[in-house]
Amino acid sequence: MIQYIIRRFLYAIPLLIGVNILTFVLFFVVNSPDDMARMQLGQKRVTEQAINNWKQQHGYNLPLLWNEQADNQEKITQTIFYQKSVGLFLFRFGVSDSGRNIGADIQERMWPSLALALPTLIVGLVVDISFALLLVLYRNRALERIGIVSCVVLLSISSLFYIIGGQFLFAKVLKWVPISGYDDGLSALKFLILPILIGVFSGSGSGVRWYRTLFLEEVEKDYVRTARAKGLTETEALFKHVLPNALIPILTGVVVILPLLFMGSLIMESFFSIPGLGSYTLDAINSQDFAIVRSMVFLGSVLYVLGLLLTDISYTLVDPRVRLS
Amino acid sequence: MKMRNYLIPILFILLNGCEDLQLNNPYTEDEGKQSVLYQSFSERPKHLDPATAYSENEYAFIAQIYEPLFQYHYLKRPYQLTPLTATKLPDIIYLDKTGKFLPENAAEQEIAYTDYVLNIQSNIHFQPHPALAKNVQGEYQYHQLSAEQIQSYKALSDFKEVGTRELTAEDYVQQIKRLAHPKMQSPIAEIMKNYIVGFDDFSKQVADKKKTDIKSIPMSGLEIINPYQYRIRIKGKYPQFLFWLSMPFFAPMPWEADVFYEQPGLADKNITLDWYPIGTGPYLLAENNPNRRMILLKNPNFHVETYPADGEPEDEQKGLLVDAGKKLPFIDKVVFMLEKETIPYWNKFLQGYYDASGIASDSFDQAIQFTGSGGVALTDSMKDKGIQLQTLVETSDFYMGFNMLDTTVGGDTERARKLRQAISIAVDYEEFISIFRNGRGVVAQGAIPPGIFGFAEGKEGINTYAFNWHDNKPQRKGIAEAQQLMIEAGYPNGIDPTTKEALILNFDTASVSVDDRPTMNWYRKQFEKIGIKLVIRATDYNRFQEKMRSGNEQIFVWGWNADYPDPENFFFLLYGPNSKVKFGGENAVNYQNVEFDRLFEKMRNMDNTPERYQIIQQMQEVIRHDSPWIFGFHPKNFSLYHSWYSNLKPNLMANNRLKYTRLDLESRAEKRKLWNHPVLWPFAIGIILLLSVVTVLMISRYKNRELK
Repeated sequence: MIQYIIRRFLYAIPLLIGVNILTFVLFFVVNSPDDMARMQLGQKRVTEQAINNWKQQHGYNLPLLWNEQADNQEKITQTIFYQKSVGLFLFRFGVSDSGRNIGADIQERMWPSLALALPTLIVGLVVDISFALLLVLYRNRALERIGIVSCVVLLSISSLFYIIGGQFLFAKVLKWVPISGYDDGLSALKFLILPILIGVFSGSGSGVRWYRTLFLEEVEKDYVRTARAKGLTETEALFKHVLPNALIPILTGVVVILPLLFMGSLIMESFFSIPGLGSYTLDAINSQDFAIVRSMVFLGSVLYVLGLLLTDISYTLVDPRVRLS
Repeated sequence: MKMRNYLIPILFILLNGCEDLQLNNPYTEDEGKQSVLYQSFSERPKHLDPATAYSENEYAFIAQIYEPLFQYHYLKRPYQLTPLTATKLPDIIYLDKTGKFLPENAAEQEIAYTDYVLNIQSNIHFQPHPALAKNVQGEYQYHQLSAEQIQSYKALSDFKEVGTRELTAEDYVQQIKRLAHPKMQSPIAEIMKNYIVGFDDFSKQVADKKKTDIKSIPMSGLEIINPYQYRIRIKGKYPQFLFWLSMPFFAPMPWEADVFYEQPGLADKNITLDWYPIGTGPYLLAENNPNRRMILLKNPNFHVETYPADGEPEDEQKGLLVDAGKKLPFIDKVVFMLEKETIPYWNKFLQGYYDASGIASDSFDQAIQFTGSGGVALTDSMKDKGIQLQTLVETSDFYMGFNMLDTTVGGDTERARKLRQAISIAVDYEEFISIFRNGRGVVAQGAIPPGIFGFAEGKEGINTYAFNWHDNKPQRKGIAEAQQLMIEAGYPNGIDPTTKEALILNFDTASVSVDDRPTMNWYRKQFEKIGIKLVIRATDYNRFQEKMRSGNEQIFVWGWNADYPDPENFFFLLYGPNSKVKFGGENAVNYQNVEFDRLFEKMRNMDNTPERYQIIQQMQEVIRHDSPWIFGFHPKNFSLYHSWYSNLKPNLMANNRLKYTRLDLESRAEKRKLWNHPVLWPFAIGIILLLSVVTVLMISRYKNRELK
């Protein structure tokens, strides 16, 4: 297994270089270093001299990918791409174009993102699985039909509606929680309850239906029929046999998104003023801050690769028949 | 039994609620008896270093922290400068090229240099700051930190020792030198090179030197006369320099700040001067977390400054002079919360958790109603809450520009001029303001907005090429007149004689989103009135800027917000030598008119005399006739304030307004309690319903089992 993990890490290197090149090319197709300088220096009274100064100080006065003027290996090293990208592989994110340390910013902002995303995931899983089991338990009855229709209704509505509606009902009309905001430690709880509940509720339509499908597949299998024949009640068969066997697709689906929880939720964080990573990349794109964009795309890629690797490993843990080689 | 014992009191509390309970209060800290103002910001400021900060959202913070020599009088209009840290307005001395003194009324061409002799007050101290902390030996405690020490600090608050010292003239001189340092990238460095003597040479001299080295290097145009007096020498005569001196760019900076912050490793912790200011103003930045909130606290070292004792005649009646002579500031703490979305921001304002608010388009109807006479008033729900409305026409221009280098709409020919005049009539900005801005704007009749010297009211001030004076107000000329102008321009019914089809003009814009489509369609319809087919060329902002720089645009809309209250700051947008294409200046339409340029050169350095006023009217006439701009409108600002927030007078020039304002804490606490009493009975019903469903399901399962 260790060999497999090492191999996967080595595979990741060209992948990450590719992602870096793609990000770089896409960014600089739309924005030139001059545009970036103008964005950072503001709209008023910006002179060519000021732009040149900015580019020089931020290392954007070099050629993009190939330095014709330089000698030997400097043709590659004395380029914006090399200067700005190599540090990423050592997780040195450097300084944003507006002068902030990106690593420090990420460290600071990932905790509120996690504080929102992790409970949403866990509570969502518990709620979705519970309701899915309930629907399976009452399959072919009125409760299941009501449940399925409700799920379709829930998943047909935009998450923005839940956010605005939730804020209106619970924070404005009933006044149970603050509309938006955040605080450190346990004080964060009262700010997180509503976004977590909305996150769980808005995701439950698709979640419940997905897990119900998984459970229904298992319920029809021979081993469950055998369990029933042995005299187990439906509830016992569901919890003792169906649930553990349906865990494999559930687990793999969850593990792959675990690392990405760091990246935060854009809309939720924005509406609830949660100072997470959700809007970090978007704000950087809007302000043409390449340093942040490349760092966040790189981080996202690394986390995704990590998520896939964890998924593979988790297979071996929940299904002894799977061996990584 | 036990369950029942608890359930009844819990239900009782849920149904009746606690009188003082405010579950939706977003502030967790106990305010105690402190006077705390709550405001919001939607975008984090990029810079808090006064040498680089230039935008409104940055000034909202630094204007409370840093103190330039002068400030705008809070109450008096028209805007006028008064001393802030200075003892008086500067002594201005004119010199000829040999250095000989000239009289005050010397001709402009004789004046080679102007000396500004500036006197600052004694006994003003900087805020407590680690950069100024000294140990018992009298050495700076944090100026020579080791790598290990720096490693242990995460924020400025981790530095336990703080110190202060008296403000001196050297601190002002230091800041001007900082403006010149290329590494600072000050947005006004290029402008100041044209004025301050030795600024450019100094800039070149220190280009490869560290920021900490500039203290000992002199700039020829700066002289420290004594600790409380210094002199700035500028080239020629430039009266607007006084306005620059009142901006945070010229606020004092202790040399210790750069020595402290430039220590290697601190920037990696985001401990920089751009992030943690050090000023002498009424507030200091106690917490800087722009991802969540920024907190200003009253500066314990703030010098004595009192609320103004005089203002406009109606100020006394409005209660704006009640605090006259009292020591500033009145508010102890200002909390700025990050609010990216307008809906939560607006709802929090209505709940009393923000003390002031703007009005977003989606909440406009909820807040404002139009009266029968066309005026605006608060809706009844706002009045019930005691909310106050303040409106003010901004000192800004929002105009439609014609690229004067363009062969069709540009140039000095009669044909092009009449075409532009016809379009000026056709584009109905009254309608634009009504549809797209909820009436928040005033149609512009020239380049000068209200409140700026030279603005003419009434019939005298209208653009006679697009408006008539009718019923004591300007009325846009009829479309028939625009069509007649089109005929005279050689485009009868909008037909281009070369193609025999409708004249096609291009509108260049960076507005590419779906939300902008109605506006673009509106522009199209305005041009259609005179038979012109308007093609919208929407590109991203970078490409749009590129077009503007290279002169490849034809028609566009743009805006300008005043730096200072002087007509020069608007007319320079049309001054030939400021042409964007030729000289990279702010004259985006590349307008050049010999007469206008001559009048501008004469007017810009004059005092606000009747003669200057007349010249301004002549200049207005020239540009109204040439119509390089459709003057568009001056935006109108609507602000809402709760009843407990007082001493509020709109002032577009003064950014340091917080120190004058006051809060009635008792009233706020009462209103908040009244407006935020939680409704808890639905919670109880929800629990009962949930328990009922679970019970029904359990019974159903039990019955199933029994049947089996």
